[in-house]
Amino acid sequence: MVTEGLTKRFGELAAVDGVDLSVPAGAVFGFLGPNGSGKTTTIRMLLGLISPTAGSWSLLGREMPAAAEVALPRVGALVEGPAFYPWLSGRDNLARFDAAGPDGQRASRAARIEAALARVGLTAAAAKRYRAYSLGMRQRLGLACALLRPRELLILDEPTNGMDPQGTREIRNLIRDLASDGTTIFLSSHLLSEIEQICTHAAVMSQGHLLAQGTLAELRAAGEARVRVGVDDPSRAGEILARLGLCDVHVAPAEGVVSARLDAGGPADAARCCRELVEGGVEVSSLATVRPSLEELFVALTGEGFDVAR
Amino acid sequence: MWRAELRHLFRRTVVRVQLVVLFLVPVLLAVAVKLAGGPADGQGPSFLDEVSHNGVFAALAGLTVCIPFFLPLTVAVVAGDSIAGEASLGTLRYLLTRPSGRARLLAVKALAVVVYSVAAALAVALGGLAAGAALFPVGPVLGLSGTSFSLADGIGRTLLAAVVVGLSLLGLAAVGMFVSTLIGSPVGAMVITAGTVVAALVVDSVPQLAFAHPWLFSHDWLAFGDLLRSPVTWGGIGRDLLLQVGYVAVFGAAAWARFTTRDVLA
Repeated sequence: MVTEGLTKRFGELAAVDGVDLSVPAGAVFGFLGPNGSGKTTTIRMLLGLISPTAGSWSLLGREMPAAAEVALPRVGALVEGPAFYPWLSGRDNLARFDAAGPDGQRASRAARIEAALARVGLTAAAAKRYRAYSLGMRQRLGLACALLRPRELLILDEPTNGMDPQGTREIRNLIRDLASDGTTIFLSSHLLSEIEQICTHAAVMSQGHLLAQGTLAELRAAGEARVRVGVDDPSRAGEILARLGLCDVHVAPAEGVVSARLDAGGPADAARCCRELVEGGVEVSSLATVRPSLEELFVALTGEGFDVAR
Repeated sequence: MWRAELRHLFRRTVVRVQLVVLFLVPVLLAVAVKLAGGPADGQGPSFLDEVSHNGVFAALAGLTVCIPFFLPLTVAVVAGDSIAGEASLGTLRYLLTRPSGRARLLAVKALAVVVYSVAAALAVALGGLAAGAALFPVGPVLGLSGTSFSLADGIGRTLLAAVVVGLSLLGLAAVGMFVSTLIGSPVGAMVITAGTVVAALVVDSVPQLAFAHPWLFSHDWLAFGDLLRSPVTWGGIGRDLLLQVGYVAVFGAAAWARFTTRDVLA
């Protein structure tokens, strides 16, 4: 899945502005961004629900929207929450959607519906009306709908929204299973721990712009690493590290810890720090190289504020 | 896909209730005539004075009573809900990513509305025939031009009249579907569509606006009575159906243009 300069303007406001995404086949791609950053608008464009003001995109190697009829049946989607007919049961809802397009062979329908229901753990509630479903059950039914046929790409917008912890875990396992079968998964979420646990790749959106994308390792490497040393004499250790030429030396006497930025190709690596500290007569009790968590990176990229940006 | 759509439509409680109510209208008429006696000849709605002589007329009287507002109202509900209903539930985005194809989805919805229209008119006719047969003698039908038809012929003509009534609602149905592609609220679409019926009936009743009358989708709604003439005079029915075709072409094209290009944000 590739986008080039994808842009959507609503009047003056550019909800999505020149986004170049590149989702490799087989990836589990986390799509991150604060509320209102343009994630859902991007997903709607990818699926052909709204037409971009500018730019182009392709799904499964096919130019969209021209190839929608061939590409979309191979794509399962959960967009902005599940939506079903409240007066129908879960099972009947799935049958309705299966019948509403190509590749929904009637002969295999019942079996595929049962398999999809079982896969999301909804078999017991399949005969209940959708109206009576809880938020988590609705979300599961949405996933079941996306899994009615074998898919090559799944586009899941906040798939664990409203789910209990067990449900979240099951969905995470489900996504891992699907990914190990070779399905490409494009997952929008703001639960960073979740992305960190299951994704191979990620991209970060803010205010309609794509700020960063790549493998998780690449993204983490972009953040600064720090060396964090537990010592008996923090102030002396701080002096030694500063003399070594390390920047941003931070001394925490109460905790008995000093830390400093480790720039790649900088004056010293962690091993050299350790040696210099010991030679300088400082007792070293622990030493670690710390990379920022995805959350710290995310906040660094998108800003601290709690208020929605626009 | 169209079969699934029809099943989906006729499963809905609101649709079933509408059909039952439409079935009951001529039943109510027949019961009222049975209890209170028919109006004097030539009085009251067309065909009502005939009901006590021949039960078949309960169906025709029912159609006459339902066509100005009751039938159009139910068609407005179904047509107005067609796209806007899916949009408001959010199911539209899943139908489109299925992918149903926008033009195909519109066509399937339109077909369902056509089937509903005819079914609604047939419900009235069947209710009338059932109640008429139960409460009154039935026999050869005395036509409007003085000749009488055999009972079978009379029933056949009555059912054909119902089909004509159903088809003559299609202009309105096309307006309703167009409105349904314009706005996201199904209730709003139903109200606007029902509003066009009222507006058409008002304009039709103002003699000073006579120039506009032939262009109103409701103008020849009562032409189905011509089926009971011998020979049948097709002028009114033909004009009516041709006008409906025109409405379907214009508003169908508008609905298609709108629906195939619009952004689905719901």
